[in-house]
Amino acid sequence: MTEWLDPLLVVAMLLNFVALGASHLRTVIRVVALQGVLLGVMLLLTHSGPSLRTSLVAAAAVLLKGAVFPRMLSHAIREVNIRREVEPIIGFIASLVLGAIGTALAVVFARTLPLAPEHTETMLVPGSLASVWCGFLILATRLKAVSQVLGYLVLENGIFIFGVLLHEAMPLLVEVGVLLDLFVAIFVMGIIIHRINREFSTVNTQLLSMLRD
Amino acid sequence: MFVIHVLIHIVFMFAMPPLLLGVIAKTKAAFAGRAGPPLLQPYYDCIKLLQKGSVLSTTTTWVFLGGPVVGLASTLVAGLLLPLGGHAAPISFEGDLILFAYLFALGRFFTASAALDTGSAFEGMGAAREVTFACLAEPALFFGLLTLAKLSQSLSLTGMLTEPFAVAWGVGGSSLVLVAVSLFIVLLAENCRIPFDDPNTHLELTMIHEVMVLDHSGPAFGMILYGAAMKLFLLGAVLLRVLVPVSLGNAWFDWAGFLAGMTLLSVFIGVVESTMARLRLVNVPKVLVAACLLAAFGLVLLVK
Repeated sequence: MTEWLDPLLVVAMLLNFVALGASHLRTVIRVVALQGVLLGVMLLLTHSGPSLRTSLVAAAAVLLKGAVFPRMLSHAIREVNIRREVEPIIGFIASLVLGAIGTALAVVFARTLPLAPEHTETMLVPGSLASVWCGFLILATRLKAVSQVLGYLVLENGIFIFGVLLHEAMPLLVEVGVLLDLFVAIFVMGIIIHRINREFSTVNTQLLSMLRD
Repeated sequence: MFVIHVLIHIVFMFAMPPLLLGVIAKTKAAFAGRAGPPLLQPYYDCIKLLQKGSVLSTTTTWVFLGGPVVGLASTLVAGLLLPLGGHAAPISFEGDLILFAYLFALGRFFTASAALDTGSAFEGMGAAREVTFACLAEPALFFGLLTLAKLSQSLSLTGMLTEPFAVAWGVGGSSLVLVAVSLFIVLLAENCRIPFDDPNTHLELTMIHEVMVLDHSGPAFGMILYGAAMKLFLLGAVLLRVLVPVSLGNAWFDWAGFLAGMTLLSVFIGVVESTMARLRLVNVPKVLVAACLLAAFGLVLLVK
């Protein structure tokens, strides 16, 4: 089963690039959703094989990341009527190149980490670090609130990939709790995006630089 | 035995390239519901052009005629370095992959110079576009070749694309998929096929390669057409070998398989051209950068 883990991780890392390079928000939402589904499948492919506990977490992850979040975000962009990220702080090609450099460094760095022997031969650690980096790039360089939420999701996906390494050691409660937190976060952000739009008639977060009573 | 295979190699290299263009044209015609030109039309075109006289502008110098000649000659030499159908290439030495890539660059340099030599602003624009996109396609090609070199532990094209390479799909399958996709994008971009450029347009402002050769006529234009077909053939042969690195056991079957594979590849290019629209010019660099990243990522996966 584990031999399928690496190809899936490669696909997930490529999806990071698509998320970095695509300007249509709808495409990015689909990409992040697909990445979430891949993560759920990855949980079932680890060494121990599918148990009831991992199946539950995997099902919850697939349902939330693959169906609920994209629904909520699509709803949010329809509500505030934006389709694409127009002017990121760092251009699309430059951020793609930065993402690629980060991914290469993640692969190199992961080799130097003192990991347990059963974790060194998979791509889980570099995949996780690369996703965190790409998510951070999206989060930091995009101006639209929706893109920032998507960046946050990619970042969280990276952390989730790291969690796949530790899924045997982590109690069910923690994993489900993390997913619940994420759900609440996306829910709240959906409302905030709506509020920002109603107040300023734009979701450009660059305007949110002053505090006022 | 080696001599016979070298002879077959040369026959294939000279005879086959226009056929690929014919197959692509037939596929596109089938998609459009037309009968289309005969399969051998590119041969007739080349022969017709070679028999014609040509008109030379008085502003041009020897560079104008040097463009097609050097373009064709450098492609021919590149063809001698590339193994076809899993048989060793006529010429091979350590590091010939760099010569292979830069022979194309040399041909491009002279084609672009010939375009600039006409003194036409329109052709200058085409040359600028061609060179800009080539800058982005070149690293993609190099990352792809480096990945193949790393997999086969060899720095010559013959070592990379013949026997030892056949086992590589088990070791680096995912990076080979990435390299294959990247090489396909490079193939389409370098040969000005549809998502990047439309080889059929002669009068549109978005064209790239065709702009540069507007002033060429007669035998010079025939050489350009033939050289372009051969470039498609050579890059296609690299891609085919990456996709299907198997030997059928018998040397003659290998040649037959190569013929069938190249025909299938041209049908596939025809399908891509029929089902895709041309990209907006501003999006072309994005796709080429993506091709570079794919190939670089393939290399990173191997080094890990």
